[in-house]
Amino acid sequence: MEPFVTHSGLVAPLDRANVDTDQIIPKQFLKRIERTGFGQFLFFDWRFLADGSPDPAFELNKPERKGASVLLARRNFGCGSSREHAPWALADYGFRVVIAPTFADIFFNNCFQNGMLPIRLDEADVDELFRRAAVGPYRLTADLDRSELRDDRGFSRPIAIDPFRRTCLMKGLDNIGLTLAHASAIDTWESAHGMAPSSWQAR
Amino acid sequence: MNHPPRTLLDKIWDEHLVASPAGEQPILYIDLHLVHEVTSPQAFEGLRLAGRRVHRPERTFATPDHNVPTTDRRLPIADAISKQQIDTLRANCREFGVRLFDLGDADQGIVHVIGPELGLTQPGMTIVCGDSHTATHGALGALAFGIGTSEVEHVLATQTLRQSKPKSLEVRVDGSLAPGVTAKDLVLHLIGRLSTEGGTGHVIEYTGDCIRGLSMEERMTVCNMSIEAGARAGMIAPDQVTFDYLRGRDHSPKDFEKAVERWSRLPSDPGAVYDRVEIFRGSDVTPQVTWGTNPAQVVGIDGAVPDPATFADASDRESGRRSLDYMALSAGTRITDIPIDRVFIGSCTNSRIEDLRAAARVARGHKVAASVRAMVVPGSGRVKRQAEAEGLDRIFREAGFEWREAGCSMCLGMNPDTLAPGERCASTSNRNFEGRQGKGGRTHLVSPAMAAAAAVTGRFTDIRGWRYLD
Repeated sequence: MEPFVTHSGLVAPLDRANVDTDQIIPKQFLKRIERTGFGQFLFFDWRFLADGSPDPAFELNKPERKGASVLLARRNFGCGSSREHAPWALADYGFRVVIAPTFADIFFNNCFQNGMLPIRLDEADVDELFRRAAVGPYRLTADLDRSELRDDRGFSRPIAIDPFRRTCLMKGLDNIGLTLAHASAIDTWESAHGMAPSSWQAR
Repeated sequence: MNHPPRTLLDKIWDEHLVASPAGEQPILYIDLHLVHEVTSPQAFEGLRLAGRRVHRPERTFATPDHNVPTTDRRLPIADAISKQQIDTLRANCREFGVRLFDLGDADQGIVHVIGPELGLTQPGMTIVCGDSHTATHGALGALAFGIGTSEVEHVLATQTLRQSKPKSLEVRVDGSLAPGVTAKDLVLHLIGRLSTEGGTGHVIEYTGDCIRGLSMEERMTVCNMSIEAGARAGMIAPDQVTFDYLRGRDHSPKDFEKAVERWSRLPSDPGAVYDRVEIFRGSDVTPQVTWGTNPAQVVGIDGAVPDPATFADASDRESGRRSLDYMALSAGTRITDIPIDRVFIGSCTNSRIEDLRAAARVARGHKVAASVRAMVVPGSGRVKRQAEAEGLDRIFREAGFEWREAGCSMCLGMNPDTLAPGERCASTSNRNFEGRQGKGGRTHLVSPAMAAAAAVTGRFTDIRGWRYLD
């Protein structure tokens, strides 16, 4: 996984609450068996008109949001289905950071598995960011080294993040590898629960 | 016992904690891993690339459900990409030694229907699946929750999950439900009060007389929709209802009495402390209909579409306006004045035998309105056969409902069962999100009885005044 230390990027404001994973990536695109290539379908039903052309009224399609990599949204972002296709689509489109007052649990977890940083901020701070982003291109920097979110106009807030998740993101660590380092603890648990030993080696 | 009083969640959590390495997330053992075709291909591919195998194939069970056609199973799957996904699951299960309930298998069905039905789901277990409605299994006193595909891969490789302990939320429902009011109405009512994120970060334990009085299948309906209140999981302490349900099922423990003895120790101890408690009354619940595009946007059948301008919260006002726009409804419209085009009876929320019996009882002797297309999709092959043995299929067919093969179907519309743009549907499923059942489709969530009544009258109808012809 690509390590995440510091990321600066253009902000795309999406002024909606309860953005569900069905909106982030509609189900007709869940049939692929790869992890890649979902960006073209991100927010499909909002992004494109019936004839397939981009809807100029949709936030991400505005010229000043082109190339955005920081998504700003309202509360309960990512609610609904557990589909990891949602963070895959956001990442594939180019987003590395999502900011909202609250996130749905499964989506929040899924972000970390994909080198993407979800940041919870107070509602008032999110309001302030929406105001700042409303006028033309606006950049934010998410700095995990200093655990700080800032812009170049004096906005600065600490990023509240679980220390283990911070380390994993900053080093791009593979969770499975980390857990397999505790294979003997798993063996012990299994044997205490009456299970026959199992080989960890690949067949 | 040297423990302080513990909740059901505490007991299951403590039992399954493999390790809590300093500075890392705890490692939790997973007893049962359920797998389906949509969220697993990338996980198996990850194992292959890393040269890993499934650590405990005997604790892993798979079935195709999300993407399968519900028409004649002898016909080939028309959609080539859907077929590829189902073929991939088949190949992965063969390669990694995972038991698959395949399309032709008599036990195939929606993963959250077959788990309990086969007795795979048992009290005290930790259960995961790459699907947010995994909370369903909590009805039997298990800790069951949905995970993403990377976590599916993690569980396949290690039979564990990295998890921080969620907070506990007791949702106590006192009293009982009035006649005509179902478990679906109860859970919609609770979500309406708790909001779509009221349970975020929590596992809900449903308690109280009203919950105790529910059948096993009704409890599944309640736990199933915990995620719609944002909760990580929902659970109900096992009791005699649970034990009676599990006795004699295919995978139930051989020494059943000994298991019951163990399971009887699971309920929360007297004096156990929850992080939060919310109290409701069963008698406050009426038949519910959602009016918006999230399950908390719900109102009683005797109510009207609300005016978002009256909502206290600014973002509720904004999303309420957006919802009404999408749903093509105006504030003040009586719910019983809303005509519908389609009816879907099915999904992991409401496709079990009791659901089908309730819907059939309403439909019996009536005809589906000429303007409505109605579909019944049983949750599993077993439910379908049971319903046919009871003659429910005949009742539905004679009334003009389509009778289908088992699968997720129009709950999420990944297969050909979808709404056309602008169509309005009374659906027994769990999500009324924009486009969920088809782009531009308008979903109203209701109970099976309310869905059947709407099919007959062509509009939402209060089931409490229904003319049963039995």
